[in-house]
Amino acid sequence: MASLITCSHCGPRPKEEFTVKGDAAIARPAADASEDAWYAYVYLRDNPRGRHKEYWHHTSGCRRWLVVERDTVTHAIYAVADAAAQGETA
Amino acid sequence: MIATSSHGESIMRYSAFSVFLNALRGNKSWRPAWRSPVPKNHYDVIIVGGGGHGLSTAYYLAKEFGITNVAVLEKGYIGSGNVGRNTTIIRSNYLLQGNNPFYELSMKLWEGLEQDFNFNAMVSQRGVLNLYHSDAQRDAYTRRGNAMRLHGVDADLLDRNTVRQMLPFLDFDNARFPIQGALMQKRGGTVRHDAVAWGYARGADSRGVDIIQNCEVTGIRRENGVVTGVETSQGFIGCGKLALAAAGNSTVVADMIDMKLPIESHVLQAFVSEGLKPFIDNVVTFGAGHFYVSQSDKGGLVFGGDIDGYNSYAQRGNLATVEHVAEAGVAMIPALSRVRVLRSWGGVMDMSMDGSPIIDRTHIDNLYLNAGWCYGGFKATPASGFCYAHLIARNQPHETATAFRLDRFARGRMIDEKGVGSQPNLH
Repeated sequence: MASLITCSHCGPRPKEEFTVKGDAAIARPAADASEDAWYAYVYLRDNPRGRHKEYWHHTSGCRRWLVVERDTVTHAIYAVADAAAQGETA
Repeated sequence: MIATSSHGESIMRYSAFSVFLNALRGNKSWRPAWRSPVPKNHYDVIIVGGGGHGLSTAYYLAKEFGITNVAVLEKGYIGSGNVGRNTTIIRSNYLLQGNNPFYELSMKLWEGLEQDFNFNAMVSQRGVLNLYHSDAQRDAYTRRGNAMRLHGVDADLLDRNTVRQMLPFLDFDNARFPIQGALMQKRGGTVRHDAVAWGYARGADSRGVDIIQNCEVTGIRRENGVVTGVETSQGFIGCGKLALAAAGNSTVVADMIDMKLPIESHVLQAFVSEGLKPFIDNVVTFGAGHFYVSQSDKGGLVFGGDIDGYNSYAQRGNLATVEHVAEAGVAMIPALSRVRVLRSWGGVMDMSMDGSPIIDRTHIDNLYLNAGWCYGGFKATPASGFCYAHLIARNQPHETATAFRLDRFARGRMIDEKGVGSQPNLH
């Protein structure tokens, strides 16, 4: 894991200030979506070996939710964006 | 002391006498413990993954179910994955119905393993103690201990004075987390992890199984809805049945047949200290943080903690977790503050959505799945192989592994031992 995450609001900060939530690529289905759609949302994961988008919370900083694109093999960070700016909901 | 194996090559049976005899011969007549065969064109069963579970599956397929035309394909070398990257602990102190009889089967297999596969795996039933630090935790451990006893597993609830006599160096009067006692499983302990891989590899090989190292599976070939074989770095190999046992890389292999799994891969670190005089006689786990420790026969303290928490396929972790584990260790045993850590390493864990494993058939008739061991796979090695071999050979689950279904998440039949829901980095 890279030691620094460049927060969109606070700049480069040590990763210990952040809390990881997990996969940001999965989209929450509509409330009346099928059981299969909800099963896939709650339980199934792409779990890629390589680039992975995930939610990180800047717990000890600005307390914003971020979407961090990261490599799960090299741990390099490619991009960071505010979750709200991407229209994402956790 | 030479026996002939099923495929006509001679193998050497290990014994005190054979050690003595070979010493007299200048140790020049030892032979490799398993062959390095060229893959055949076709096998009845191919197992993807030459870790502990893949090798034990091959061993029990050959020994218990008479299926010997088997290949184990390993992308690295035997012992390079999680079977050589764990803290070597064995125990069967599980609470839930779906888990306990399975882990107890594993414990019984550990107890007879060395005689069974004729290899010194240094099985040491030194006892596992889980410390408790509050009345509520004592009650939870009482419930767990009672559940274990109802399953016929040994469990003892120890009070503070008994634990103090056994482990006087613990921080009993910690202001925040005073130690009130421990739940102990006397039959729990440690096993030499590398020897488990080597023993199963040798036992499988001597019964005709081909163990093929440096052979990475790159594709799965299908015709008319069934698997016909695998593309590998050593060419195509055909098979009658394909059995996946790829641990942290399960998703990578399942992607080859567009099967999405309820699994995330996470990194777990483990550590070993400098060699010390005999100090910790048992396996001890901290109840107020995630920390577990034992002492190897060489004197090093072998210990670990929690996973780093983010998805990772890298076999290395982060310094923040190293610091966290060290803090938990010192909180439990203050004397550890002056011990130097020699080495640390990371393994890739197949974290499932309820913290329990999967041993099941799949939507493809001749494809089987063994995955989701989280970071508890080592203790399960014998039973995992036994039950997976049973499933592959008979096409129905072993009686102790009926709950480890792939579809249990869709059916609401989770086995959530820790009770934290479908958040893999919390299990």
